[in-house]
Amino acid sequence: MTESNVRKPGKNGGPAMSAPACPAPILSHTAIQMAHGGGGRISRELVEKLFVPAFANPMLDELHDGAFLPMGGERLAFTTDSHVVTPLFFPGGDIGKLAVCGTVNDLAMCGARPLWLSAGFILEEGLPVETLERVVESMRIAAANAGVKLVTGDTKVVDRGKGDGLYINTSGIGRIEHDALVPSRVREGDAVLLSGDIARHGIAIMVLREGLEFEGEIESDCASLAAPVMALLEAGIDIHCLRDLTRGGLATALVEIAASAGVDICIEERITPVNETVRGACEILGLDPLYVANEGRFVAFLPGAQVERAMEILGRFEETAGACIIGRVERKEESGRGTVSLKSAIGVKRIIELLSGEQLPRIC
Amino acid sequence: MKYIDEYRDAEGAARFAREIAKTVTRPWKIMEVCGGQTHAIIRFGIEELLPKEVALIHGPGCPVCVTPLELIDKAVELAGRPGVILCSFGDMLRVPGSRTDLLTVKANGGQVKVVYSPMNALDVARAHPDKEVVFFAVGFETTAPANAMAVFQAEREKLPNFSMLVSHVLVPPAMEAILSSPDNRVQGFLGAGHVCAVMGIEEYRPLAARYGVPIVVTGFEPIDILQGISMCVNQLEEGRAEVENQYSRSVRPEGNRNAVGLLREVFEVGSRKWRGIGEIPHSGLRLRDKYHDFDAERRFGLAGKSCAEPEECISGLVLQGIRKPFECTAFGTRCTPEHPLGAPMVSSEGACAAYYRYRGVLNSKQAK
Repeated sequence: MTESNVRKPGKNGGPAMSAPACPAPILSHTAIQMAHGGGGRISRELVEKLFVPAFANPMLDELHDGAFLPMGGERLAFTTDSHVVTPLFFPGGDIGKLAVCGTVNDLAMCGARPLWLSAGFILEEGLPVETLERVVESMRIAAANAGVKLVTGDTKVVDRGKGDGLYINTSGIGRIEHDALVPSRVREGDAVLLSGDIARHGIAIMVLREGLEFEGEIESDCASLAAPVMALLEAGIDIHCLRDLTRGGLATALVEIAASAGVDICIEERITPVNETVRGACEILGLDPLYVANEGRFVAFLPGAQVERAMEILGRFEETAGACIIGRVERKEESGRGTVSLKSAIGVKRIIELLSGEQLPRIC
Repeated sequence: MKYIDEYRDAEGAARFAREIAKTVTRPWKIMEVCGGQTHAIIRFGIEELLPKEVALIHGPGCPVCVTPLELIDKAVELAGRPGVILCSFGDMLRVPGSRTDLLTVKANGGQVKVVYSPMNALDVARAHPDKEVVFFAVGFETTAPANAMAVFQAEREKLPNFSMLVSHVLVPPAMEAILSSPDNRVQGFLGAGHVCAVMGIEEYRPLAARYGVPIVVTGFEPIDILQGISMCVNQLEEGRAEVENQYSRSVRPEGNRNAVGLLREVFEVGSRKWRGIGEIPHSGLRLRDKYHDFDAERRFGLAGKSCAEPEECISGLVLQGIRKPFECTAFGTRCTPEHPLGAPMVSSEGACAAYYRYRGVLNSKQAK
């Protein structure tokens, strides 16, 4: 990883310095690639070199899942997420459930109780109304389960062939009821808690999209995490940092936290849960489950003394019933450059890095 | 998971590691031929378990890495042509040609489709009779039978819009090229298990005898690899140079006769250029005359184009085990997985990418 990858934006110059006065290209690609949306280093470059300098402000510069907004005596969390998944329906969920849960989860990761959502629909000419009805019904159920109200929305229609049937953007506002769950609070000795088995969503979608067949259906983990997170916070569990695992998988989330917090994290492959069928699919396709997408999992950093109580609480919720400890924070790095290492199945440690772009299936 | 967990057991790994340490009396250099083995060695940190006397050299067995630049350029050119759909395995997409890669062509509107098997490419051809569908057939003896099957099937169906850009390479000639090089440092080989599952192990016996090197056909899990190394070290210490089979749960001495039969029906052996190494005689497969209608180079008039490789890239030396990736001046700076100069930085099986990803640039530089 080069130094610029781990340096936090906003600390190295400020917005005026980054204005494109120099003819040299800001980004390393001249056209947008799929990898710009992949959650790896190339995505990060887009955010850090184009968006952050353009809009720089203290709230954006945090680069958290959502922004923290001071409003009078209250503090609000605000976030947005766009959903472009194909196929629209998949085992364990659909684009509607995903759109609600994704934004609800981003708010929950800010320690905020999700309150209100907006929804923007981009519909492709020719989309069967019945399909839209199913998606809307799914959103209704997901919102009710998460305790949020969908309070405003927008609809646009694009020409046939210009969209994959249906895209949904959701934004959400929540009230922060607990201390900020940010990487800077991560401490040496903290336990790394994972809320369930990893890599389900990415593999479920890939299997469906590519028509691959495996014994046993693989269901996406798509779920709202607000209820278990709120329960942890209400019980007074002192969560130091919370992050949901999305596109770049567990590895990406941990590498980002280690870099922001300046701590060395070590996790163990042997105790990091992966469903057997998902694991089989990953082995065959040559994918590393650590980097595969999730839609209903989080990692929490908390003091070791509170682990037992936290596990007991998470055990009450279906979506976090598989929670477990996968590692710990080994030390605070004086240099401020934190790393993540994985103790492999045969007991040897190796460093985990961000992937460049999307994981591509291997040849043999 | 059966056939996986028992081969990833920490105690078993430690046992083989102890055995190797007990046997070894002096330094040995062993090359694992296959990229899949390199990947596992780095991913599981196998080298950390070995005594300092045993050095592993990562060989040229990553199909993505050894595909010559001009073939990538040809694939790029085809993908950019209107009316052509280029089908490829996923990790070929990021491999840089002399100007650009297939991912960029795709971003600019070229039709590039990732497939998991050449049979998927046939489906694409059947579904798009108005398009020319080209499958980018790379790989060693492992992928060759399935690719042969695709051509065989296309011939039987008289599928007019399917063709193949063939870049098939063979393992034994590459091993021979390494052994006969004056710079050779390799004293023993871990043979590529899956290649041998197809081809059998007989063709390795003359190599072992002629060059006096032990060749242990080895699997891909950590315990397989450690056992393979252990068997190889035993031979070296005892002064033997034989072909042994560690991976007997998959490899029969005679290989898979049906697969080989199909491969021989469709392909014939010919010279081939390897990226970073150059031309090696009798080291590749090409379509037989009988199937030349399915040869994309012929169909689209691409034969005879060639180009030079970037000067700074030492991938050839890396692939022959003469240099380690971090000994390259461009490693981690001018050459990264985002902007690779050479193919070993692209594929997850490539030695440079494996070092970059699993060890970190900093660690590799420190190791230097």
